[in-house]
Amino acid sequence: MSIRVSNLSFSYGERLILDNVNVIAEPGQLLSVIGPNGVGKSTLFHCMLGLLNGYKGQITIKGKDIKGLDVNEMAKLIAYVPQSHYPSFNFSVFDMVLMGTTVQVSAYSTPGKEQIKLVETALERLGIAHLKDRGYTKISGGEQQLTIIARALVQQTSVLILDEPTANLDFGNQILVLTQIKYLARDGYAIVQATHNPEHAFMFSDRVLAIHGGKVLADGMPSNIVTEELMRKLYTVDIDVQSLYQDKVRVCIPKIVIEDNHPKV
Amino acid sequence: MFKNKKRVPYSVIILGLGILLVVAIMFSFFLGRYPINPSELFGILLSRVIHIKQFWTDQMATILFNVRMPRILLACLVGCCLSAAGASYQGIFQNPMAAPDILGATAGAAFGAALAILHNQNHLMITLYAFVFSLLTVAIVYFISKKAQGKQVLGLILAGIMVGSLFSAGTSYIKLVADTSNQLPAITYWLMGSLSGATTTTVAIVLIPMALGLIPLFFLRWRINVLTLGDDEARTMGINSTRLRIIVIMCATLVTAASVSVSGMIGWVGLVIPHLSRRLVGNNYKHLMPATMLFGAIFMLLVDDVSRNLLQTEIPLGILTAFIGAPFFVYLITRKEETF
Repeated sequence: MSIRVSNLSFSYGERLILDNVNVIAEPGQLLSVIGPNGVGKSTLFHCMLGLLNGYKGQITIKGKDIKGLDVNEMAKLIAYVPQSHYPSFNFSVFDMVLMGTTVQVSAYSTPGKEQIKLVETALERLGIAHLKDRGYTKISGGEQQLTIIARALVQQTSVLILDEPTANLDFGNQILVLTQIKYLARDGYAIVQATHNPEHAFMFSDRVLAIHGGKVLADGMPSNIVTEELMRKLYTVDIDVQSLYQDKVRVCIPKIVIEDNHPKV
Repeated sequence: MFKNKKRVPYSVIILGLGILLVVAIMFSFFLGRYPINPSELFGILLSRVIHIKQFWTDQMATILFNVRMPRILLACLVGCCLSAAGASYQGIFQNPMAAPDILGATAGAAFGAALAILHNQNHLMITLYAFVFSLLTVAIVYFISKKAQGKQVLGLILAGIMVGSLFSAGTSYIKLVADTSNQLPAITYWLMGSLSGATTTTVAIVLIPMALGLIPLFFLRWRINVLTLGDDEARTMGINSTRLRIIVIMCATLVTAASVSVSGMIGWVGLVIPHLSRRLVGNNYKHLMPATMLFGAIFMLLVDDVSRNLLQTEIPLGILTAFIGAPFFVYLITRKEETF
């Protein structure tokens, strides 16, 4: 297996954020982590990426314990796709992706021909080669997300961590980005992504992990996780889950209650 | 089809800046009170390499080598250093408005120089005081930021503002108690920035810290790119962001301290030149760093030419750069977004 998190606990001071969490991500699998805001998804990802070290438990990538590995060694094992954000400086798409190759070049040099080739291949693979000379801040949110995914690909790791890759994207771009992520999983990457959309988790994932209150609430096949019972428990609102097209799609319908006599402010 | 079209022009632009710098240096040799014509200039310069029968006066050679040459070299070095430091700070603090004085290096240098003048020290000692106090200020800022809670970058910038203003207040106090007939004008003049004290010795002295800072900044330029994305992202890409930031701060501080210790306070260059360079070659530090170093050298040299030749008395550099810097600032905040 590619990445394994065993009995992971993490606390900020007195506050326990993660409580005995277990995660396994296999090569060729897309694992979606769902759960409300503030349940520890980001903390879990930060631990897996080696950005947080004060955890209890063990995290191994390709059988190697990551505790005590330096940033350079970590960057060769696992790549990160953060939520798209506005950078301080406008880099070209090409330069942005080229930054992913930094770990392959020595501290005092700049990426060379070999790295440029990697970037071109990654841009082509994600269908954004035509954007390479555009400024990163001037392209659409979906294109930005694909750019950051390309940057993770050129890092040449076998594990990818994506933090809500479809946040802030319009409907069409969400599907476009998720489709590309699905292809990457099919090509052999072990992918762990956070998502706020259980319907997407159902449609695209090979496996879903539901986290609530720092604990793993459920872990398994999407069809076993995206259920009425679990969704209601996870998001603490009344939700109907409907299965459509012979269970190819599941729709989560929240029961909305608008009270007529709701007090005015 | 995948050939990066932008890359070729960028290196051509950098080469162009290099040629422009050589032309500007040649041109600056002619400027000055004492007229030297082109054939005399080339004769004197060439005589250092090959043997030529002397057709110029000894005085010309002395002026050229002992007065104009150190001043030209110093102008280039100071411009190069301040611009490189500004560009580096902007990158590592993810702040396009950062300038070489962001961590209090200039405020500390000013205090040191004022203190030296108050103690009637000679020119060399003023430079030394300025240099030492400049480094001391940034060291204090750094240690305060280590104790600060919350974000490291914010802590550094706030500590820089605080310690900087403290040293500025110290400078004001020295001005208050200084002898108004000779010390106060000397302090005031130093604070306005000038290269008039340039000698071969000063060039030789500051060249060491400048080289020690500029060379790492130049070679680390690709990594500065990655640091502009923020600490977490940089770390996941294999960059030890804390260590890299410290190295860049040390180098940028070293060159800033060396510059202000010989030139006095020259504002705006470290902010304006990196931004003009960004317009020319984009934000990728691979091209930005060499472009900004060359551009800074050219700019400073030309401003210094104006400073020493426009009027009978020298115009302080700080005043000239502010005249150019302030309108540029207005342009920066009102410009249209770049459209590539």
